[in-house]
Amino acid sequence: MFTSTMFASILPEILILVIGILILVVEPFWKEEKRRNVGWLTAGGLLLAMIVSLLFARPGEPTMTLGGMVRFDWLGFFFKMLFMFAGAATALLFMDNEKIGHRGEAYLLLLASLLGMNLMAVSSDLVMLYLAIETTSIPLYILSGFMLADDKSTEAGFKYLLFGALTSTIMLYGFSLVFGFSGTTNIYQLADMLKAGNLPLVTAFGVLALILVGLGFKVSLVPFHFWAPDVYEGAPTPVSGFLSTASKAAGFAVLVRLFFVAFPDYAVSWTLAIAVLSATTMTVGNLLTLQQTNIKRLLAYSSIAHAGYTLIGVVALSQLGAASVVFYLAAYIATNLLAFGIVMAFSRVTGSDEIKDYAGLSRRSPLLGLMMLAAFLSLAGMPPFGGFVAKVFVFAAGVQAGYTWLVIVGILNSIIGVYYYLNVLKYVYLYRMPNEDEENHPVPLSRPYMIALVVLVAGVILVGTVFAPWFSWSDAAALNLF
Amino acid sequence: MMNFPVLSVITFTPMVAALIILMMPAQRRNEIRAVALAAATFALILSIWVYVQYLTRNMIGYQFEETYRWLPALGIGLHLGVDGMSTPLVLLTGIVMFTGVLISWGDEDPHVKAGIQDRPREFFAFLFLLAGGVFGVFVSLDLFMLFFFYEIAVFPMYLLIVIWGWVKTREYAAMKLTLYLFIGSVVALVGALAMYWLQYKNTGVLSFDMLLMEKAGFSSAFQIAWFLPVFFGFAVLGGIWPFHNWSPDGHVAAPTAVSMFHAGVLMKLGAFAALRVGIMLLPEGAKYWSWLIMLFAGVAVVYGAYIAFVQTDMKYMIGFSSVSHMGLVVLGLSTLNRNGLIGAGVQMFSHGVMTALFFAVTGMIYDRAHTRMIPELGGMMKIMPFAGVGFIIGGLVSMGMPMFSGFVAEFPIFMGVWETRWLVAVIASISIVITAAYIMINIRKVFFSELPANLEGHVGDITVLDKIAIATLCLLMIGIGLFPSLMVPMVQTGVKHITDILQMGGL
Repeated sequence: MFTSTMFASILPEILILVIGILILVVEPFWKEEKRRNVGWLTAGGLLLAMIVSLLFARPGEPTMTLGGMVRFDWLGFFFKMLFMFAGAATALLFMDNEKIGHRGEAYLLLLASLLGMNLMAVSSDLVMLYLAIETTSIPLYILSGFMLADDKSTEAGFKYLLFGALTSTIMLYGFSLVFGFSGTTNIYQLADMLKAGNLPLVTAFGVLALILVGLGFKVSLVPFHFWAPDVYEGAPTPVSGFLSTASKAAGFAVLVRLFFVAFPDYAVSWTLAIAVLSATTMTVGNLLTLQQTNIKRLLAYSSIAHAGYTLIGVVALSQLGAASVVFYLAAYIATNLLAFGIVMAFSRVTGSDEIKDYAGLSRRSPLLGLMMLAAFLSLAGMPPFGGFVAKVFVFAAGVQAGYTWLVIVGILNSIIGVYYYLNVLKYVYLYRMPNEDEENHPVPLSRPYMIALVVLVAGVILVGTVFAPWFSWSDAAALNLF
Repeated sequence: MMNFPVLSVITFTPMVAALIILMMPAQRRNEIRAVALAAATFALILSIWVYVQYLTRNMIGYQFEETYRWLPALGIGLHLGVDGMSTPLVLLTGIVMFTGVLISWGDEDPHVKAGIQDRPREFFAFLFLLAGGVFGVFVSLDLFMLFFFYEIAVFPMYLLIVIWGWVKTREYAAMKLTLYLFIGSVVALVGALAMYWLQYKNTGVLSFDMLLMEKAGFSSAFQIAWFLPVFFGFAVLGGIWPFHNWSPDGHVAAPTAVSMFHAGVLMKLGAFAALRVGIMLLPEGAKYWSWLIMLFAGVAVVYGAYIAFVQTDMKYMIGFSSVSHMGLVVLGLSTLNRNGLIGAGVQMFSHGVMTALFFAVTGMIYDRAHTRMIPELGGMMKIMPFAGVGFIIGGLVSMGMPMFSGFVAEFPIFMGVWETRWLVAVIASISIVITAAYIMINIRKVFFSELPANLEGHVGDITVLDKIAIATLCLLMIGIGLFPSLMVPMVQTGVKHITDILQMGGL
């Protein structure tokens, strides 16, 4: 029997599918030069889908639907909205990229991976979860290697595919062991099963470690981070932005659900290990960022560090901890998409991703300079931008859980972060183009970029100032875990 | 009129003005300046109004309170209010903002290199964002908001120094300053979070409200453990030895108006937050560690003065004299007694005005003579007599001469120190002599000696706006000096609250 709750629980995914079909139908009839308009269709469609879902598909009490495959709750819903927002912004950023913007299949792949992410956020069954993860990953492998003429891009696609396949099979092995030990693949039944205490601690440790390999790869934790900088650098810039935000957030959505729901008893004995992982991730990520001269690599390494900060909230293993993770991801999605969007807009005009070529940007385009200021200060954790509040919440959760040392490590790391983010801003605001008058080299923004960047800047500022609604949603989402 | 949300209007006026300025076209430089001046005047008038109200109505305790819910789930709210300690500082910020705009006005005549010529739009926007943050810290009664505004006050500093600063050292100084202050504030933030959770454990109330935290009953061990990170975390911005190192470099590299803001207001932010969060929320810790703070402050006072004495660059001289004078503020705080705290409160205001004046005059000289090296200057009294008189008045304040605000501030500080540890008072008083020496040497050389031949002809007088700024600052210092009752009783009401807190704990 297909009930209305079932329908509501996957309404956003159905709508995404409809947009995809629409693209398939419409695109072949459009002439080559009009193909770019698929971006408008995708972004507009996603926006509409968000509105429709917000109106008709809000979850009530957490329920299991579709035979226990999907859990219909606020945690999943909030993440879905974040992913779709990120997808819409990314579609706009696709549009004026010569390599991918005029090809309908790029948007289609984006939608497919978005579909997978949405399902990742709501899966309550390991089988479903694995399918969702692969649905997310495979289109992203293709998108990373989309620019076939570019060696770096092909390398990125290939590298991402190899690492991704390897780690996800290890995770799958972990899943199969879980099934072997417990006889169930359902996360929520699993929790009951494990509460009875049938599983020896060592075994549980081993299984969790296997699963963590796969998820650690997704969210680029050290030591599973090696792929990230190369892939982010080689992939088309909007794809890198999407990878570092939405795809990472999807990984965290799964991590939080598994950790908080399926293995809560074992999780307590795991927090120290996760805390060490978090500290290493932040530190290694930040130290490697220091020496980058390419802005995409800088953002890639710093996104590793940000995964480390986010993990502090997981370590806290409390409601505030979960809420702070969700909040952090919301702020981070807006901020990092903005950063990659600016990089995209800039390299479209100048053809360069080197930090030194950003010299004089604030004179070439004061607006772009200011946006860059907002993005990078938010990444550095300065008010009134989203990054500050997000960091404070994560740190507050850490202190509450008694992990003061971890918070101090986090703070030392964010100071390193301030250093390299400000260094980029120094190029933007202080240095000038050699022997040139900057006013003669403007950086124009096309309309899709303008819309995407303005919306994202507004998001970054709103999350940082009017943070009450975002926090209550994050909190409501976190509450569904307990 | 009492229901008018005057404090939030004061706080958000500069921020809104910053947004408006950013939206204006960059070529309309004069309109941008006019908007900046209008906003600064508006904020100044309101802060004067608050000050006068507080004074004439003999108010006590927190006044003009406003509370808005912001994030009730975590007990974060916009709780604003001023007491006898912060009211003078709000006025100080208003004045420095106003005079800072006047001095940065910039002459469109390409031969005069005064004020801000390069991208005034961005300059005023960043400066006002900074000013908004400063106002916010002084009026915040919510710990979370205090940090929020504190960080807002710190980061525009980086841009202001790095873009408009002195070419030779700006990159180094700006980065050093930002990192120092950021480290300090986040270390204090961890302490604040620890307080927040302990209060929740003790009272079951989830709130960042500092008035509630004062009554949270933190254990002595907790207070003693967390006092040092919290106090020194903030005191870094107050320029306390041995964490003062960023400060002279920052002063020197910053453009004139930013130096004024920096030394005049921003350093008070550090001392004020150290008092408000460190001493008032962790009084037991303050009592336990007061000897250490006194030691550090005592070193800062004498050492800062001595280093200032040997400088040949005027800005470095004033920068190190700020370390010395801010050392006096912290010295006053460390006494934890009535006299010392009153002195510290007045000294914060007095030093703010005085050092803003010093930097303003130095900036005017540098803009016209293109040098700040004391040996290369001379005869400025003939060229810019108004600036010269201003500098001399500032110097008298700096030396702590009676009839000027410096005396009103320093006298109670030394009284307070004498009450607790007379030896420190004796040693610290050496700084007065050294200060007198370097100020007088500077005045003689820069203003009264022969004008060097290479400066003749192309050094002009200061503008009318500059004169207004100097006059405003001078009148304030003389006013407080002649009529201490304009400020001391007000500060006393704030101090009363602090001494009550300190006595409640016993010891």
